[in-house]
Amino acid sequence: MTNRVRIAIVGSGPAGLSAAARAAELGIAHVLLEKSGNLSDTIFKYQKGKQVMATPSALVLRSDVPFEAGKRETVLDAWGAQAAALGINVRFDADVTGIEGEQGAFILQLRGGDTASAERVILAAGTQGNPNLLRCPGGDLPLVQYQLDDPAEYIDEHIVVIGAGDAGIENALGLAADPAQGNVVTILNRSADFARSKPANVALLNEAAEAGRLTIRLETSPAQVRESELVLDTRDGQETIRCDRIIARMGTAPPRGFVEACGIAFSSADREALPVLSEAFETSRPGIHVIGALAGYPLIKHCLNQGYDVVEFINGNRSLKPADEPILAERFAGLPGQRSVNQWLTLFGQNIGIFSEVSPLQMRELMLDSQVHAFAPGEALFIRNDTGSSLFALAEGSVVVETGEDPAKTVTIGQGQIVGEVGLISGRRRGATVRADGPVVAIELSRTAALKLMATVPAAGRAIARVSIERQLLQMFGSGLSREDIAEAVDLAEVRTVRAGEVVIAEGETGTDIYVIRRGSMVVEKSIGGKNVFLNYLPAGSYVGEMALLDGQPRSATVRAAIRSEVIRLPGDAFARLLDRKPELRAKASADMAARRATNAFIEGRKEHFTSSVDMYSETAQFLVDNGLGEATDVLLIDETLCIGCDNCEKACADSHDGLSRLDREAGRTYAHLHVPTSCRHCEHPHCMADCPPNAITRGPDGEVVINDTCIGCGNCQRNCPYDVIRMDAVPPKKPPLLTWLLFGAGPGPGEPPYAWRKKHAAAVDAPKKAIKCDMCSGIDGGPACVRACPTGAAIRVAPETMLSVAQLAKEA
Amino acid sequence: MSLVQRQTSRQLDIDHEGFLRHRRFLWLKRAGALCLVAIVAYALADVQPRPSGGTWLGYALGTIGTGLIVWLALLGVRKRNMSRGGWSLKAWTSAHVYLGLALIVIATLHTGFQFGWNVHTLAYALMMLVIASGVFGIVVYATLPAAISTNREEMTQSQMIEAIAAVDRQLESAAQLLDRRWAEPVAAALHEDALAVGIWRRLSASQPGGATLDAITAINRASAEESGNPALVRLEALLQRRQAQLARMRRHMRMKALIEVWLYVHVPATFALLAALVAHIISVFYYW
Repeated sequence: MTNRVRIAIVGSGPAGLSAAARAAELGIAHVLLEKSGNLSDTIFKYQKGKQVMATPSALVLRSDVPFEAGKRETVLDAWGAQAAALGINVRFDADVTGIEGEQGAFILQLRGGDTASAERVILAAGTQGNPNLLRCPGGDLPLVQYQLDDPAEYIDEHIVVIGAGDAGIENALGLAADPAQGNVVTILNRSADFARSKPANVALLNEAAEAGRLTIRLETSPAQVRESELVLDTRDGQETIRCDRIIARMGTAPPRGFVEACGIAFSSADREALPVLSEAFETSRPGIHVIGALAGYPLIKHCLNQGYDVVEFINGNRSLKPADEPILAERFAGLPGQRSVNQWLTLFGQNIGIFSEVSPLQMRELMLDSQVHAFAPGEALFIRNDTGSSLFALAEGSVVVETGEDPAKTVTIGQGQIVGEVGLISGRRRGATVRADGPVVAIELSRTAALKLMATVPAAGRAIARVSIERQLLQMFGSGLSREDIAEAVDLAEVRTVRAGEVVIAEGETGTDIYVIRRGSMVVEKSIGGKNVFLNYLPAGSYVGEMALLDGQPRSATVRAAIRSEVIRLPGDAFARLLDRKPELRAKASADMAARRATNAFIEGRKEHFTSSVDMYSETAQFLVDNGLGEATDVLLIDETLCIGCDNCEKACADSHDGLSRLDREAGRTYAHLHVPTSCRHCEHPHCMADCPPNAITRGPDGEVVINDTCIGCGNCQRNCPYDVIRMDAVPPKKPPLLTWLLFGAGPGPGEPPYAWRKKHAAAVDAPKKAIKCDMCSGIDGGPACVRACPTGAAIRVAPETMLSVAQLAKEA
Repeated sequence: MSLVQRQTSRQLDIDHEGFLRHRRFLWLKRAGALCLVAIVAYALADVQPRPSGGTWLGYALGTIGTGLIVWLALLGVRKRNMSRGGWSLKAWTSAHVYLGLALIVIATLHTGFQFGWNVHTLAYALMMLVIASGVFGIVVYATLPAAISTNREEMTQSQMIEAIAAVDRQLESAAQLLDRRWAEPVAAALHEDALAVGIWRRLSASQPGGATLDAITAINRASAEESGNPALVRLEALLQRRQAQLARMRRHMRMKALIEVWLYVHVPATFALLAALVAHIISVFYYW
């Protein structure tokens, strides 16, 4: 039993290190518990020489630990030196497995049975998590290991690699690389394919298996580990193989389980939810504080500041203003009324309904990701058909919504309400113009901030969801309806998530429910002569199912999700009652139905005469949907009957953007000479945006998804993009102008400069690698350079609605 | 039904039409009109003593022709200058093709059908060479892209090379276990420069000797002798795959070469034409 200290800090990343440094500086007895054998293990594991960024640049650094942007080595050296200089009390290889006791006398259980004792605990363990353990019987035997440092270490062994991710594949290939080692290597994959890994790795693995260097076992999982034997569950029953060593690479578990086991409450069951914290970062278990990435702050600067702040708070400093105070003060400076930051925050919390359950700490965080605006009477918050996925909350004043084409028909939305939620949820363009009705103070929450709010504050999430259903119905079914009219339908509405390919409505079944596509998109198909014929593509904001309700017939076509989507199911009888009350709505629905009937009749009519052209249309549409057009807003396609392969599109792209091309013309899938190159599709709900620590990815005015200069080069977006369109690269040196190349041959000429030239002309200091992707030539007059620079007209940019419309068929036939 | 509209004012409205059909053959119509005007003027104008480059009509046609030639040559700059603004290279190509063809009429009428062994006719001949190579270019641009696309089957050029290299690696390790008699033809196939460069070889897609084919024959014979030795069967399959991939690569390279080779006539001839044109104009004015 060690002596009890005042503060135990778990994790020595930026947050924990900064907290320990503050404690050391203040002379507080402390211990810094680090799971690994070195400080800041996450950054320690960065690749050599990686540039570590210091964003947000506006945030003041307040820590006893120095930090500025630089190479991984420089940053780590500075931290190590400072830790030594301050005399921080570090315990390495101290993996905390549980926390017992209570404030004033916590006992921290360490792996291996040791303990540490402290009055208070600061959890700063980060989000890297622990490797998933082998759960089958015998999984704790010594032949199981979770890491492979040097594959050359093992000879003449039967080794089984479990896990079909890139880590597992690379380990297996490493172990089997040299036949002279004599290892018998087997890799187990629970599923039938290697969907989660890089195609290049899978190709190498298959090649190695074909050459007999290793064995791949698909649809196989471990059942029991014995001394030098492994029992496998295969598709055809159990099987036992010889096994001297198991390398388990089955991903890592997020640390939420551990945190919850410490008795700390999270705001909701949502996967993105965070621990509930007070302003002093204290959790629901008194005496335990959570800071850093675990508290939802992934950036190093935030972490360093919080480490400092939390120790100050624990030490009784009540007057400390958060480091973000100057940023917020500047943000609120333009608002009328001369209020202080705290006064504004209180006002927002009181006036705005969705903020009622937001804690002061969350409020500050929310404001950092948001903009506050003061609008003059009549000024537009946003205009119909603008792109925008932000959410507006009205802190003071009300607004009018111009719903239709007729500006006279308006709806008023009062103080404390929200507007703009349709764009947030569907990812599509604004459906209405919203203007200030008198002076308005509004908070504009960025998409990420709004999603975080919905995930972390359940009450806010529910409120936004209800409002969005109500508004979507009002907007879709047009004017003449009031909130009261649709209240019954909204109450009975149910939001359903559907997987890609899942059938929402099946042809021939009976049912009268109406489905509103809230996000994602659907394809409508009809079986004609035993073949599925593509009838229509429905983007978010459309509805289906009204035909069966109106004419009482079975469903006339199948509706499937093109991508993962969300639909709102409205019970048919509730909707029927609404139609009975509102003859105008019935007329509108009948008109929509007539239009769809006409489409169906057109395609069926074609089918008899032009079977091949309809088949072609169906198959091409299916190909495009399979290649991500279902979630695209604007995609580059290449007509390969026209493409001469000159790559002028790539050159134009490079020359329009710092010399780096954001598209790979040749790569990508092709069907019927229609080629989808590797280039950004500007998804409705961009996967790349999901996990960007500095929130550097935004949507621009023309719908383009853009990465801005605050990118820290972490590569999350590159990993999250399912279409492989993001590359990490440093901006190459500037080329001489075109004419000096044309006339005198200076420089490498148009297009991306070759590697050798870049290297030769590189600046003395390496430029940091940042994420690079298509920005649709945002801000460049004339629009996308790839299309303008195509000499034959092969390159076109399309929105899926136009590409997948019947008009295409009519044009061709 | 759908609430979504596409509204990007900044963006150029570019339809899905090839360069030949661009804006419903706008430049074909304009070039045709230009030719028609020139022909009618030539027929109606009563120039003395006879139609030639030295009459008022001759000067007019010559000026138009010179202007066109200089402008047509500037496509090379336009294509490489990725400036901002609402230009479309497709529109330029379309105009380049049809106005270039119109030059046949304009320049021929300019000569007044007077030809000789002099610098003037040299300029005319060079221009016709440029146009003829351009016509070849239009033909390959119109016919080859679909064939290239079909041949490559979604593979990029580097993937094709990588695929051949992957088969080679497998062949090498498979052949090591074999008797020398059978390993040797495989080694010969691997060491052969199967994708040798050279313009004629590219354009004809012919292959040197075909050591892979020889190896297939040899292994086939061996397989028959040793009646289905699994190692030999596997080896033959690998060799067949290599042969198919080499054939695909050669077809790819041949078509890529065809689609580019005419430029090696078109562009240098353009420069020669510009030089001859300068000589033609200077000499005409010098001896005026």
